[in-house]
Amino acid sequence: MSTPLLDLGGVRKTFRTPEGKERTVLEGVDFHLDEGEIVALLGKSGSGKSTLLRIMAGLIPANGGNVRYRGRPITGPTRGIAMVFQTFALFPWLTVQQNVELGLEALGQPRREREERAQEAIDMIGMGGFEGAYPKELSGGMRQRVGFARALVTRPDVLLMDEAFSALDVLTAEALRSDLLELWTERRIPTKGMLIVSHNIEEAVFMADRILVFDSDPGRVRAEIPVGLEHPRDPESTPFRQIVDEVYGLMTASARVGAAAGEPLTIGYRLPATTPGKMISLLETIAEPPFGGHADLPALAEATELPDDTLFHLYEGLRVLGFVRLAAGDIFLTPAGRAFVEADNDRRKTLFAEHFLRNIPLAAHIRRVLDERRGHRAPEDRFLQALQDYLTGDEAERVLEVVIGWGRYAEVFDYDYNAGMLKLPEEEEEGEEAGGGETAGAAE
Amino acid sequence: MPQPRSRAVFALPELKPNAWDAALVPLAFALLVLLAYGGAQMTTPYDVGEPLPMSLDPLNLPYYLLRSALRMLMALGGSLLFTLVYATAAAKVPALEKVLIPALDILQSIPILGFLSITVTGFIALFPGNLFGVECAAIFAVFTSQAWNMAFSMYQSLRTVPADLIEASDMFLLSPWQRFWRLELPYAVPGLIWNMMMSVSGGWFFVVASEAISVSGQTILLPGVGSFIALAIADRNLPAIGWAIAAVLAGILIYDQLMFRPLVAWADKFKFEQVPGEEVPRSWLLTLLQRARLVRAAARLPGALWEGCASLVRRPGKGRFRAVSLAPVWHLPPWAERVWNAILMLGALAAAVRVALFVHSSVETPEIIRVFLYGTATATRVLVLIALASLVWVPIGVWIGLRPRVAQNLQWLAQFLAAFPANLMFPVAVMLIVHFHLDPDVWTSPLMVLGTQWYILFNVIAGAAALPSDLKDAAHNLGLSGWLMWKRFILPGIFPSFVTGAITASGGSWNASIVSEMVSWGDTKLSAFGLGSYIAQATAAGDFPRIALGIGVMCLFVMCFNHFIWRRMYRLASERLHIG
Repeated sequence: MSTPLLDLGGVRKTFRTPEGKERTVLEGVDFHLDEGEIVALLGKSGSGKSTLLRIMAGLIPANGGNVRYRGRPITGPTRGIAMVFQTFALFPWLTVQQNVELGLEALGQPRREREERAQEAIDMIGMGGFEGAYPKELSGGMRQRVGFARALVTRPDVLLMDEAFSALDVLTAEALRSDLLELWTERRIPTKGMLIVSHNIEEAVFMADRILVFDSDPGRVRAEIPVGLEHPRDPESTPFRQIVDEVYGLMTASARVGAAAGEPLTIGYRLPATTPGKMISLLETIAEPPFGGHADLPALAEATELPDDTLFHLYEGLRVLGFVRLAAGDIFLTPAGRAFVEADNDRRKTLFAEHFLRNIPLAAHIRRVLDERRGHRAPEDRFLQALQDYLTGDEAERVLEVVIGWGRYAEVFDYDYNAGMLKLPEEEEEGEEAGGGETAGAAE
Repeated sequence: MPQPRSRAVFALPELKPNAWDAALVPLAFALLVLLAYGGAQMTTPYDVGEPLPMSLDPLNLPYYLLRSALRMLMALGGSLLFTLVYATAAAKVPALEKVLIPALDILQSIPILGFLSITVTGFIALFPGNLFGVECAAIFAVFTSQAWNMAFSMYQSLRTVPADLIEASDMFLLSPWQRFWRLELPYAVPGLIWNMMMSVSGGWFFVVASEAISVSGQTILLPGVGSFIALAIADRNLPAIGWAIAAVLAGILIYDQLMFRPLVAWADKFKFEQVPGEEVPRSWLLTLLQRARLVRAAARLPGALWEGCASLVRRPGKGRFRAVSLAPVWHLPPWAERVWNAILMLGALAAAVRVALFVHSSVETPEIIRVFLYGTATATRVLVLIALASLVWVPIGVWIGLRPRVAQNLQWLAQFLAAFPANLMFPVAVMLIVHFHLDPDVWTSPLMVLGTQWYILFNVIAGAAALPSDLKDAAHNLGLSGWLMWKRFILPGIFPSFVTGAITASGGSWNASIVSEMVSWGDTKLSAFGLGSYIAQATAAGDFPRIALGIGVMCLFVMCFNHFIWRRMYRLASERLHIG
């Protein structure tokens, strides 16, 4: 076989936390994209797959390993590699035509040729007639079509898609995916390879020839699944469903390997972005018929109508709390989970609090600090700093926000937004003071 | 149906004038002739001491207005150029940012009329025997009233360009130069134009105040509306003041119609929004420009220039592998950074010592303490008056803002009043104070906010008008009324806009104190106890150490105000009370 279009060996990427410590986002990533194939990178958000994509695009440098395009190292944005963005990244003050021409303009192409090629690309992607429109006049689907036209007009070898369909509604995304695949299978675009970064499993199985499942902390390729199906694919067919099942199994398995089977969690554990309310309603769904405490993940996804990304966060949250167990693409309620579902509201809070403090080291840490402190208050910065030993600034803030949300539900601790202080919940605080014995007028 | 594309057609019929041209071409020519004439008058031979002919004949006013408006235009051009260079440098080079942004903060707090007295001799020396030196000094004073907020707005825009657009322009191999013209500048345009409007609005005050310049003990009156007023005041000529007010109103109107309406309407497309705004700003002039055929053809020239400019510098490297990564920000190596920091520290220290020595050479310590007392007096005035103005205008502004019909008309009026140079009204105040034997220490104070209170009014109107209608409905549905309605809904809702208005008003009031604490009408001179009158007196006497001291102290006060009051309120407003 000829040289791969993209070839990555042992790629490593670290970011510096505000504390000056290094956090590894990618470690030992091997990857290749051959001519004529579509590869999907699947992983939970924050697993570093978008970072990897940006390294391939030449937007950010890797810290180690090598990144090659047609055998030559990539050191910056490269002609021949184009990218489509999740947020479309269209210039609002340029018309559709001007947006599409932008890449050609930067290459210094004469006006006449620019216009012709832009026109071609616009027609090809089905936006003919909208040349003079501004992006704000278009719907999301049409905007992303312009995004594709802008990328394709430079006749790239490699097309990188960063969650390109995830900002669109289901129907629009489907239509755009099919149109793109049609252009690809009919060889109407000169593009030789495509890479899709996604967290949507069906999308990956629908489009890709190969699926790479990405692991987080640090990000690395965990498994590879070939999809040996002809285009166009039927999402309802049995072989398609089988592959979807297999990918679900791998995705949840990777979550298990990440923590429970390995070393115990630290306070730097990245709590999944989800809320107690959502987790509880998912628990109830699993407990109820038709599932009755045991659900097949794709079926659950269909029943809840939630995107994969949201679901994986939910699974992860329930799993670390010890309410569910995941195995081979299935989800089971644990005895604790069942007890939780059967309890009334107050009892639920107590159970949640127990599991929360027992299983999440950060929660236990916060509670301990607040208990020890006089006045039972502590500034959020204190905990942010502790988190920043493990995480970047933004991620640390996100994790703290999540833990506060869970802690508030469990009534384990509370947060004063205006003062930026964590504290014990009101009644408990008073109770503790009264129980401290120093003040005479014990209230309760 | 795909529309026929007209862009590639270069045939002659496009050049045939249409009816729109008939209206536009004479207008364009008239403007050009006026600009050329006014410009030529600015550079006539002149020696200091020669009196410039000025008369109080109202027939001369259009000419004086032209001269004043031209000064404003040149100052605005200068500010724009300054902004592009200064803000870009600050946003791109962190090493420079460290100097430029604090410097901007200081420059913003220096009283503008202070610049005039310090710079005028230099400008005259620059163009010996020509009027242009004095003109430059006046223009520079107006420039200093306009440039800083524009530069700051541009800098903030450059720092907040969305990351995905930066990535996109990187992916498409735009050079830093191309990125500037294609991404960064367009992104900054709406903010920049809004600040230009604010600048010009504040600028009229300084155009009027800066035309009468005192150099080495004598006063030069540059032909213009400001000098006309100065003359009228010295002459106790009330009708002439009336004429001057009319002329300035006309000037504001012309600027609004010929410059800002079209600019705002044009800049609407640069707004960074994902859905079309409900109300698209319109301008008859822009419509005219866009419909007139000949003009459109003529606009190809600047259009092509812009295009040429934008694609002038491409990314280096040829062929498939253009492997140069160009960061949006240019960092120094660490060792150079350290050296640079040391140089900055030493420079700042040396400058501070130099100024202190200069001031101390002729001013004794007790006087310095007294100047701080003056400062406290003026600060008290500013605070009390802003508070009073808020008490008056917040309820009125809310009342207007909650009624969209009324708001539309009055909003414009408030903006107009903010642009109106309040110093035109000072003579009236002097007459009143003298007539009723009032205490100037108290009664000259309202003059400080005479021109600046409108910023509070129109920002409050805008804030009240922007209160989301679902919240309004909810408030009514819950039966909120009276004080509870104000406390829980209206006041928190308009607070961010109010703070914006109050900041502008406070800054303007400090500046105005220099002209409002010492006012005159003929031979009647009123002077209040305060920092403004101290600076005004030092300026009149040409006493540089005292001017420097006064300006320095005022600068200090304004910076403290900004730091300890306004910035805190602003942070509170943007973090806690932001709706949406």
